Amino acid sequence: MKKRLQLLTITALFPIITTAQSEPISTENWLQNPGIIGTIILLLIVFFLAVIILLYRFNSFIDKYKWKQLKKNELAFSEEILNLNDDEIDVILEKRKKALKYTLEGSELGSDKEVFDKKGLISKVTNEPDNPLFDEKKKSLLGLETPEELKKIIIYYLSAAVIWLVFGTLVGQYLGMKFVWPEMDSQSWLSFGRLRPVHTNTVFWGWASLAMIGLGYFVIARTSNTKIFSYKNARIAWVLINASLVIGNLSLMAGVNNGGGEYREYVWPIMLLFAIGLIMTFHNFYKTVANRKISEIYISNWFLLAALGWTIILSTIAYLPFYQDGLGETIIQGYYMHMGVGMWFMTFTLGLVYYFLPSALNKPIYSYSLGVLAFWTQMLFYTLIGTHHFVFSPLPWWLQTVAIVFSAGMFIPVVAGTTNFFMTMKGTWNNISKSYVLPFFLVGVVFYFVGSTQGSFQAFRFTNYVWHFTDFNVAHSHMTMYGIITFLLWACIYSLIPKLTGKEPPQAFVGAHFWMAFIGLFAYMMSLMAGGTLRGLSWIEGNAFIESVILMKPYWLWRAVGGSFMFLSHLIFAYNFYYMVKKRKVIGATDILVEEKLKTQN
Amino acid sequence: MLDFHKNHKNLVVTALTVFAGLSIIIAVLPAFQMQDYEPLPNQPGMTPNESAGLNIYVTENCAACHTQQVRNIEMDNVWGERPSIPSDYYYSKKRLGFLRQSPSLLGSERTGPDLTSIGKRQPGKEWHLLHLYNPRIVVKESIMPSYPWLFEELDSTSVRENDVLVPVPEKYLSKKGNKVIASQEAIQLVSYLQALKQTPMPDASTVGFIPSSKINENDENETGGKGTVNGENLYMQVCAACHQQNGQGLKGAFPPLAGSDVVNDPDYDLMVKIILQGYDARSEYGQMPGFAEQLDDAEIAAIVNHERTSWGNEGEVITEADVKRIRDFVMQLNQ
Repeated sequence: MKKRLQLLTITALFPIITTAQSEPISTENWLQNPGIIGTIILLLIVFFLAVIILLYRFNSFIDKYKWKQLKKNELAFSEEILNLNDDEIDVILEKRKKALKYTLEGSELGSDKEVFDKKGLISKVTNEPDNPLFDEKKKSLLGLETPEELKKIIIYYLSAAVIWLVFGTLVGQYLGMKFVWPEMDSQSWLSFGRLRPVHTNTVFWGWASLAMIGLGYFVIARTSNTKIFSYKNARIAWVLINASLVIGNLSLMAGVNNGGGEYREYVWPIMLLFAIGLIMTFHNFYKTVANRKISEIYISNWFLLAALGWTIILSTIAYLPFYQDGLGETIIQGYYMHMGVGMWFMTFTLGLVYYFLPSALNKPIYSYSLGVLAFWTQMLFYTLIGTHHFVFSPLPWWLQTVAIVFSAGMFIPVVAGTTNFFMTMKGTWNNISKSYVLPFFLVGVVFYFVGSTQGSFQAFRFTNYVWHFTDFNVAHSHMTMYGIITFLLWACIYSLIPKLTGKEPPQAFVGAHFWMAFIGLFAYMMSLMAGGTLRGLSWIEGNAFIESVILMKPYWLWRAVGGSFMFLSHLIFAYNFYYMVKKRKVIGATDILVEEKLKTQN
Repeated sequence: MLDFHKNHKNLVVTALTVFAGLSIIIAVLPAFQMQDYEPLPNQPGMTPNESAGLNIYVTENCAACHTQQVRNIEMDNVWGERPSIPSDYYYSKKRLGFLRQSPSLLGSERTGPDLTSIGKRQPGKEWHLLHLYNPRIVVKESIMPSYPWLFEELDSTSVRENDVLVPVPEKYLSKKGNKVIASQEAIQLVSYLQALKQTPMPDASTVGFIPSSKINENDENETGGKGTVNGENLYMQVCAACHQQNGQGLKGAFPPLAGSDVVNDPDYDLMVKIILQGYDARSEYGQMPGFAEQLDDAEIAAIVNHERTSWGNEGEVITEADVKRIRDFVMQLNQ
């Protein structure tokens, strides 16, 4: 049913997209445009999600309050008894006396035996068992038997990722503040143009990529029921990827970049280090799957292997020079910057979710076939939509049209994926308020639907007309790279690491991390979306450009505020991560080693 | 059969081959074809200075905030007379060397204005140098970064003869009496920016913009000129960068219009002539470029009227026909 509805919408939308390009565009009723309405609905979904989670909490708080009220009523009742006359009281007291005379032997429940918690089952004693706002979450009791070598690899990768996250978002926060105070510094290597790619490349290749690969090593070994093909190669790849980031960021700040194309600002020798790291990782993953001890290849591994292979292909295409002079470069740029997001981050992270979400819920994934459908449609549709970054540009019109049409086609893998995840979660909604991992999954999955669908809407002609070139794009990329990828990676990290190290993070801190990141992101994207829309409309009106800059100022301020929340939440996350990995002796030692290594490289 | 669920080889090979195939169709082949374009017949090539300027443009990653593409929609008409075509990018299509590819100039963010014809909109070198040194000297509300490392602040005794002085107002200097000189890089970057303008199509066949109905409706309601152009808006777009929004100009660089004799003169001939032809008669100010090609008679009339009736100015209003008369006269003189 849902599918049919989806198909109907898509066929209904196609005529709009494919009509000739010469009819006038009217902005009079811009609020009634399907793309704009769709986006507003999507934003409301996110808003309602936050409201629902809050309501859940509020509800249990109310329950507690009601219970207190009940007690009060009881008190009133006893007072009523006090006002009874003597005879009535005598009858009641006689009855009561009888009841009171009955005494227990004292050993009915075995309390004559000595009590001692021999097996260490009691971990915490609390006097307030149902304080609803800071409810204690379920502990993840299950420890996983994992080879010590693999644990080290995973923690190496994740530690580096966490450090890059903090560094990358610190840079991002600094850049956001420059919109408010452009004179913050006047160092060439800290200037906006040079620093912006440092932010994007660091969170892409440093944070998200390293975290994904680290988690991927666990999934690939676990679901293949075998050990990793080569631990040594995993370590070498780690060094290569980190080296490319350190050298790359330094060179960007020194003003050496590849020509300004987004996400391929590192010059080719530096990106080559990264590519070799990727090829080694791909080889390692492939060999591990080849050595699997079960006959089926779990769906996660489809996504992981494909993501690695596809990314190797697309970065090769992005850096080969033979077809890239002038506007050829622009076509490759559109292809590359969208595939980087879709074929690498999105595909890989989906693969991780296909393992970690069911495992966190302790139940199988809803539908294996939907996963397979999502996989092949991801490959077919995502690959073709890169040029939607250059709608109305001098690139061939057929290329732009293909991109717009398949952007709409993206509904299919997105709906397939979201349905699968939600149906897996169905029936376990209560667990959300009892777990500190599931809210991250929930937000990630909701954003997967909202962010991707919003992206498809944005490719339409009218919406592109209003939003292209404005800060709306920045909001969209944070909605996806942060709302989807980062939230899902956090979910995976919080569900995996305690099982590896046997150490859980302080729950109040995980809660603080979640809420600050979520509220920060919401403020960030709402302000830029509202401001971006107004800016686009101002341009259409034909107002002087500087007026649109003045108009954006309050929105840029709110963006910086939202960004600060996000950054602070990352500091808390970094602490939580440190807390999870520090205690165990062996891991503690390697962790320090990891940090020291990174420090020397930085 | 392929048996993807159990045969990892088939799975990986299929996924990668199909992806590579699609990539070649959607990206590599179109890119390969797209490289093949020629410059317009009257398109000027790039001088070595301008190429060096492009290099600095890339180094400082100006494309992070500035686009260089006029899209074929009416709202982009303010950035150029016609939509961009591939030939416009002909002279930047070379690789930047062994390490770097050909520059990505189209851009994806318009945090700052489009630069396709910045050389036409802001022809003056002084303006560009001041703007690079600190954008807020000339555009108060700008959030563009300053580029002080492209300049040198010296005390006035160490200035050499060939140095290009930048008329930076005193409050932006670290010490009173210091002079700011432009480095070679700054001059190269400015010459690149000055060279950015659209070459007219050879056979006068223009590619049209997709119109937007809102703009057309609006125009009918606006006042100024002959009821079709908004003088204040035009002033903001064309003149305010130098003469400032409040008409006060900038000491040492751009003369004030508020209270100016030329602007308030009942005889408007000189004022219109200056706008048409440019002006370089006063040594204490920078050179003003002419706008005869960029603005039509109605637009000039609207701007003149805005200037003559704002900031306490009390000049008489003129009409499009008045401008036409002076334009014809100037044209005759030139022939």
